[in-house]
Amino acid sequence: MKSYALVVKKDCPTCALIEPVISQLSELHGSDLQVYTQDDPSFPEGISDVKDDSQLEFSYRNNIEVVPTLIELDGAEEHSRIYGWDKKQWQEFTGLEELGDGLVDFKPGCGSKTQDPGMDEILALRFGTSKLQARELSLAESEDIMEACFDRGWSDGLPVIPPTPLRVLKMLNGCDREADEIIGNIPPDNAPCSIEKLAINAVMAGCKPEYFPVVIASVEAALQDRFCMHGLLCTTYFSSPVLIVNGPIVKQIGMNSGMNALGQGNRANATIGRALQLIIRNVGGGVPGKIDRAAMGNPGKYTYCFAEDESDENWNSLAMDRGFQRQESVISLFAGDGLQPILDQQSRSPESLAKSMAQSLRSVANCKLFGLADAILVVCPEHRRVFMEGNWSKENLKDALYNELITPGSEVIRGADGIAEGMPAKFSDKQLNKFRDDGLHIVTVGGTAGMFSAIIGGWVASGERGSQIVSQKICSV
Amino acid sequence: MNSPTVLLDPTAELHASQRQILPRLSSLAGATVGLLDISKPRGKEFLDEVEKQLSEAGATVKRYMKPTFTRIAPTELNQKISVECDAVIEGLAD
Repeated sequence: MKSYALVVKKDCPTCALIEPVISQLSELHGSDLQVYTQDDPSFPEGISDVKDDSQLEFSYRNNIEVVPTLIELDGAEEHSRIYGWDKKQWQEFTGLEELGDGLVDFKPGCGSKTQDPGMDEILALRFGTSKLQARELSLAESEDIMEACFDRGWSDGLPVIPPTPLRVLKMLNGCDREADEIIGNIPPDNAPCSIEKLAINAVMAGCKPEYFPVVIASVEAALQDRFCMHGLLCTTYFSSPVLIVNGPIVKQIGMNSGMNALGQGNRANATIGRALQLIIRNVGGGVPGKIDRAAMGNPGKYTYCFAEDESDENWNSLAMDRGFQRQESVISLFAGDGLQPILDQQSRSPESLAKSMAQSLRSVANCKLFGLADAILVVCPEHRRVFMEGNWSKENLKDALYNELITPGSEVIRGADGIAEGMPAKFSDKQLNKFRDDGLHIVTVGGTAGMFSAIIGGWVASGERGSQIVSQKICSV
Repeated sequence: MNSPTVLLDPTAELHASQRQILPRLSSLAGATVGLLDISKPRGKEFLDEVEKQLSEAGATVKRYMKPTFTRIAPTELNQKISVECDAVIEGLAD
């Protein structure tokens, strides 16, 4: 005699349709037919010993995707299964030629309750199949969950989303990496960090799971040796990671590269940048006033992430400057400070506008300091239009800026102009470049109205002795 | 819904709630103290003064230097200091 397990739910019209079939099978097989009901154990009527599977353990452990599902058992093991209602198939499967006579020939089943949105993670936690390994902290009943996160020192000063196991599991499902994979050592403590720890902090930052691949790439970028995250975190200077995203991922996850892109209001921009900061703080131990010695800091240390406007295909993106293709999704990290505007509403020629921008770029770190800090020139769309209408490429602009900024050392040495700060006297006979080679980067961002570009000045420890811009391909699911 | 709220620890879990510090030196007399210059400007002047005071207190002073202040000290340097010294003072600047 064959034995069977049958999984149904009352809410499913197909299950309701085959109620007489279930009675027929039950009469024939008795206890060799075990019926599991996902929603209401009074269903199906007339069957004794229906198993209440409202916790979905049987359904989950047996990967039920559709109800009804009829499983033929070989001892305790599954031999084979069918699902939905296909009269001929059920008759062959059970060997009962008259099974379901009088019913329609075919009616597809419904989704199993295990397939309801969000159930996968809930059931993985309920039945202990998740791979979460992080230390669990149980809050006292008297604790306010939001305040508890502040109390434990996990916050940048703003509220965080409490990292419950369910939220973390959902975040992990936003990537195809293993939870226990060690991505690297996070400075300044050089603490080994798993993908799971990144997910916990991404939850706290407010990320959606679909942002998580970008967060992972941002950490991989920050861990590149040439970025020098350790020193950047510890410095007394203003700087901190500035995250710039290029490629198809920008539109896929709804990042802002347009109006107010460097401001508030876009969840992806805001939370991806914040996630990296929280990872540095919580996993790396980079806490302001302790190892983070910034004299002032800058508001971007909460979050500083935006996408580049790539609406004009004739103007290369930052990622392309870094050797990637337009169709690749890439994140770049720059050790940068706040934002210094360049207002120019009069220039209509590339030459005039480039000179105007160069004048402002001279002020990075200090007008008298050369070759010390890198910079990003953030070009607004209206200024980009001036260059393109004048048939200038980005390279033309960069060359013009370099040339415009070459300055006799005698003008900027210490003491010149009655200012003690400046370049050491040994440079007095030299022609100086404001920026080192590969020290000036150009990005396009912003709304279509407003002839306002900007400068993101860089950390004064640039180049091999400090930080250099880094780029990392984003591998989305 | 009265089950306790469980959160996952976002930190590196490096630290127990309390961390033990290494035993302190009871006296500087006869001890070897390392001075680590982190390679920031004018670290030397500061550490020269520290060396002078340590020497007056009877300590032997050894000087070390990191290649750059922006990066952590190389493991070899840490090991050299730990082998050669009883205590170390890291000379921050600015």
